[in-house]
Amino acid sequence: MPRLKVNGRRVDYAGDPDMPLLWFLRDEQGLKGVKFGCGAAHCGACTVHVDGEAVRSCVTPMAAVEGADITTIEGLSDGGTLHPVQEAWLEEDVAQCGYCQAGQIMAVAAFLKKTPNPTDADIDDGLTNICRCGTYHRLRKAVHRAAALRGGRSS
Amino acid sequence: MNAPFVSTRRDILRYGAAGGALIIAAPLASCARQTKLEPDEPPPTLEWFEGKIGPFVVINADETVHIGSPNPEMGQGVDTSLPMLVAEELEVDFDKVKMVQMPLGIKMGDDGNMTWKHVPQGSGGSTSIPENWEVLRQAGALARGLLISAAAVRFGVPDSELTASNGVVRHAASGREATYGALAEAAASIAPPEEPPALKPREQFRIIGKPQKMKNARAIVTGRAIYGIDAELPNMLHAVMERCPYFDGTAISVDDSAARAVPGVVDVVKVRRPPLDGPYDVQAEGYAVVATSLWAAMKGRRALNIEWDHGPYADESSASFKRHCADLLSGTGQIVRNDGDFDAAFAGAAATYEATYWQPYVSHAPLEPQNALADVREDGITIIAPTQTPSSCNRMVAEALQRDRLDIEVLPTRLGGGFGRRLSNDYAVEAALISQAVKAPVKLLWTREDDLRHDFYRPAGMHHLKAAFDADGKLTGWTHRLASASKYYRRPNLPETDYWSAELYPDDFPGGLTPNYRMEYFSAKSGAPRGSWRAPAHTANAFVVQSFLNEIAHQRGEDPLGFRLRLLGDPREMRYEQHGGPVFNPGRLAACLRLAAEKGGYGEKLPQGRGRGIAGHFTFGGYCAQVVDVEVGEDGSLKTTRVVAAVDIGSVVNPNGVIAQLESGVNDGLSTALHLAIEIAGGRVTTGNFDSYPLMKIAEAPPVIETHIIDNGDAPSGMGEMGIPPLAPALAHAIFEATGKRIRTLPIADQLRVR
Repeated sequence: MPRLKVNGRRVDYAGDPDMPLLWFLRDEQGLKGVKFGCGAAHCGACTVHVDGEAVRSCVTPMAAVEGADITTIEGLSDGGTLHPVQEAWLEEDVAQCGYCQAGQIMAVAAFLKKTPNPTDADIDDGLTNICRCGTYHRLRKAVHRAAALRGGRSS
Repeated sequence: MNAPFVSTRRDILRYGAAGGALIIAAPLASCARQTKLEPDEPPPTLEWFEGKIGPFVVINADETVHIGSPNPEMGQGVDTSLPMLVAEELEVDFDKVKMVQMPLGIKMGDDGNMTWKHVPQGSGGSTSIPENWEVLRQAGALARGLLISAAAVRFGVPDSELTASNGVVRHAASGREATYGALAEAAASIAPPEEPPALKPREQFRIIGKPQKMKNARAIVTGRAIYGIDAELPNMLHAVMERCPYFDGTAISVDDSAARAVPGVVDVVKVRRPPLDGPYDVQAEGYAVVATSLWAAMKGRRALNIEWDHGPYADESSASFKRHCADLLSGTGQIVRNDGDFDAAFAGAAATYEATYWQPYVSHAPLEPQNALADVREDGITIIAPTQTPSSCNRMVAEALQRDRLDIEVLPTRLGGGFGRRLSNDYAVEAALISQAVKAPVKLLWTREDDLRHDFYRPAGMHHLKAAFDADGKLTGWTHRLASASKYYRRPNLPETDYWSAELYPDDFPGGLTPNYRMEYFSAKSGAPRGSWRAPAHTANAFVVQSFLNEIAHQRGEDPLGFRLRLLGDPREMRYEQHGGPVFNPGRLAACLRLAAEKGGYGEKLPQGRGRGIAGHFTFGGYCAQVVDVEVGEDGSLKTTRVVAAVDIGSVVNPNGVIAQLESGVNDGLSTALHLAIEIAGGRVTTGNFDSYPLMKIAEAPPVIETHIIDNGDAPSGMGEMGIPPLAPALAHAIFEATGKRIRTLPIADQLRVR
């Protein structure tokens, strides 16, 4: 029986190995913060961390995450303390409908680990999640603010 | 749209009169109460609010305040701005206010027709703020008055000796005071006054006009905000549905044996197609696979084997529809406004101008795909869905299932975007029909392909404009001829001769500003379903009218800004009979143009390859002008580097929200102008997912968007839509300034590419 870790907790999976991770997280683990937007890895609303990397869970079959360590938006913050990216999102008041924002935050959290002090060009190249409300203006400011809150750490 | 239910201040008072004893209304669906639409919040029932101190206010013992937000939140910020209206008069610290999305409240009116229980509850047409501007402040004032009266009884002093602020009622003479939390229960038993309390003058506002951040932001960034797609009921089944891809087509043969054999699949339910000669209730014939899990339903759907008839529009394609529009424009259409004699003015003009523009079908594509959770029982129906129009949802389900409207409970969730798509409730009707068939709660989920192929698209159309000037440079004639597939087709009781009214707004600029003015409409045939797309026809008409102005100014050797200002003239009130009226003041639009131009450095000389454009438009009562900067590379690559906007929506409730909506409008307008078109071939939509419908990503979004607000103290208009219309024409103007190329067809796509 494949095992994996979800937000620090060991879980087993005995179902269809072809089922996307997205539906396992939403429907079997009750982690509704992971969102369905396109089912084809275009929009990034379903972004989670698999072993620390941002992954689009809608096209990631369960067979590919055996033994993996998965973090969703629900597991991003450390107890009651928000992650710097979440904090920056509040300070810049980024969200409108908010549907894409959990995926955006997960993508940015992983992005800043690799690019702790991003330029605007880095952001343009490295962030490809879709926001249908068009919050990109504040989102860009929030990425810079989150980088400052993290103090330029690369992990 | 909903019937225009009328709600009055009197309704709110009458509501309060029902207070005193807690109303113990039997819940329609006790199970629905287990689904909390916001975490850590009270259950979303009207009864929870009722019997307290007005229909929107609950004061808790810990001095926090719950304010009900009557209109669905889809990103436009009403879950913050509407409670601000209540809180302003209630006199509470806005930080202690928690928002609760209210379920639909309707009742049988005295005249036997259904009416709103408290206030209208739809989100659309930029109406949430203007419709609630007085009535929600009134609700806050009423609640404050009841709290003061409760304190008056307790202290044994008249109401007039008491003041309320920051959630405390004080008696200055004696120094006594009581908190709202301590007074709330007593306040609920006091009969409301015959006449509502007076509202504060604007100078005393402490909350309205001050920037407030979005109330539910923390739930969003922690993944706890609940959307329709997240709602659950006990013993719920999952459904996905294969719909006929051909417009108005139907199945020739259906083999569902393999689908039924998929483990977890419990049924395959046919949903009949919509009536062909009336309004849509569902969008297409379809076969829903119902299963114990979503994944099983999806696998079952893949195993369906259906052969579809190609329907009556089998020959329609994007190209054929465009040719059809061009053919129509070669003839004579329906004259929908005719001032003076345009033909004579054109024939006798010193200078004439002419241009033709094209706009494609576009899709709403809210990021949360359509979904609905329906529980159809003998004792009632519960619908939990992301809907902009919960009342219309209630009515459509009632009609489709032949049930009493008062037996249907509608709980609108937070919407993962709306943009007008969720004015239609077809997905809720589908879910209800499926739930009725399988006799269990059913959660129906659409895929992205379902959404893009079964939308109610923004009408596509071809616009032909002509203008005439005399030797003094005066605009002597203007005509706007439009061939389009109107969004008003298939409306009940609406003849085709009225279809134009959704696509051309006769009082739009420059109507009334030239003596010879003619609007001509050609109703084009298309099988594609159409509907309201954020700022509906204003997106098309602003693009063509403002682009044409820029072309004329260039050909005449006039500055496009000065040209507009001289056409608009002095501030004055002109009749405007369409939505957003009754008045259009060209001076307010001119003021926005001047401010945007000044702040955006309009007219400065720019280096080669850069351009700066301008446009302005009046949308649903609001005025907006934008200055757009672009850089065009030698290879034709386009970068929108800055947008500077000026807006005038009268009084501003939440400046932060106004700026957010302007930014959203700019990016929505830009995304749509750059890339978006729905393609049709063989009588079906071939666009499938975000690879063929490439919504803009951050790399193309302008890094700088400035919003300048003119707050003139007038009654407010809404902000949700008016940020879009000026963007495309200002962008096209900027591109012309940078490259000399005119954009007359949208999207821009690869028109600038250098081969």
